[in-house]
Amino acid sequence: MKRFMATVAGLTVALLALPLLGLLQRMPWSSLGNPLTNPATLDALRVSLIVSLLATVMVFLLGTPLAWALARVSVPGRRFIRALIMLPMVLPPVVGGTALLFALGRQGLVGQWLNQWFGITLPFTLAGAVVAAVFVSLPFYVIAVEGALQSAGQHLEDLEDLAGTLGATPWNVLRRITYPQVLPAMGAGLALAWARALGEFGATITFAGNLPGRTQTLPLATFLALETNPEEALALSLILLVASLGVLVGLRDRWMPTS
Amino acid sequence: MTALTLAGETRIGNLSFAFDLSVKAGETLAILGPNGAGKTSLLRVISGLLPLAEGTLNLNNQVADQPASKTFLPPHLRSVGWVPQDRLLFPHLTVAENIGFSPRATDALVAQLLEALNLTSLTASKPAACSGGQAQRVAVARALAAQPAILLLDEPSTALDTESQELIHGVLASQSQVATLLVTHDLSEAGRLADRTATFSAGVLKQ
Repeated sequence: MKRFMATVAGLTVALLALPLLGLLQRMPWSSLGNPLTNPATLDALRVSLIVSLLATVMVFLLGTPLAWALARVSVPGRRFIRALIMLPMVLPPVVGGTALLFALGRQGLVGQWLNQWFGITLPFTLAGAVVAAVFVSLPFYVIAVEGALQSAGQHLEDLEDLAGTLGATPWNVLRRITYPQVLPAMGAGLALAWARALGEFGATITFAGNLPGRTQTLPLATFLALETNPEEALALSLILLVASLGVLVGLRDRWMPTS
Repeated sequence: MTALTLAGETRIGNLSFAFDLSVKAGETLAILGPNGAGKTSLLRVISGLLPLAEGTLNLNNQVADQPASKTFLPPHLRSVGWVPQDRLLFPHLTVAENIGFSPRATDALVAQLLEALNLTSLTASKPAACSGGQAQRVAVARALAAQPAILLLDEPSTALDTESQELIHGVLASQSQVATLLVTHDLSEAGRLADRTATFSAGVLKQ
């Protein structure tokens, strides 16, 4: 039995490693720099960095109070709310993009008012790409931070209570006691959210389109390049691969305990 | 001057606790009673972590909690120093930062308490590096550095080494302006520190 399990496990690892090997084996190492001087590639890189970083900032600003409320405030239907927050993790991204279009598009549920009252149009804009990225990456952050607050549990709440009796205002307690205790989880959650935002494809192309220099991100550029210039697609893939590995290495203590 | 007067009731689930007590500035009242009698609830009511269901709590000549008039001072506006039984030191802060945590703490007072409780060698250490007795001394110093009018001590020297006990008792004895409420199982400690004692019986505390 042990031998069978080990064989299947070995084959599975090979299956996971194979695409990576394929990518690296075909990588045009000597001319790797060429695509990176291409203005269209640089545009995609710039758009990707702006979209993923803005999305990460939004995830932090919106997700922190949400995670806190989920962990601390007992409201009816909390399980339903949590399921709703997690939905984008399991929802096909293209469905997310379609849903965003019908909610925030020019004729959408809210989009028509945004357009009419404030002149704001989200679809096929950089802001729209950010919205799509926030939609898919928010749950990664919220779950990490909520989990940390839950596991710190009553002890952290007792520390916060005590800090209050010493004269610290609720905001000061949050800043000086709560926040330092969940900082590692916040960092890990933000790194995951950023990686997810950087790799976002389906919701982005559906909601924000594929406009070079405006909404065309690295994954979209990679997909297009595959048809016209495979070498460029390989180089772009390498950038995304290095970014993903960077996140993995950064989180190694969380996911790959040395002991 | 009476620093603390409390006549009222609080409820936790089906349990109900009634309190009637007053403590003057500079006086120490020891509260005795079995576990579950409501000693911790009493300390939580005074520090503002548990509201009264009815009655009045006066702290420092100010109404701090009075459901009838919808008056409730939040914990950070009450002049209370709390030394909980499980100490609750802030794990990410050094000993000196723990003691100086309160916005009411001054550098001079922190230095004085570090000295008086023999903690100067631990100034830059984290609580994890402290022994039980040292951690308890830090908790006492942190509460006193907040310059409280009312000091709440929950089993302050139970199971402590003699040195820590002596140091803590010495510092507490020198607090001539503070009204102290001492919750303890230890009759000898109550005898040593307290001016008066009160006993819980069936959820009711009377002096």
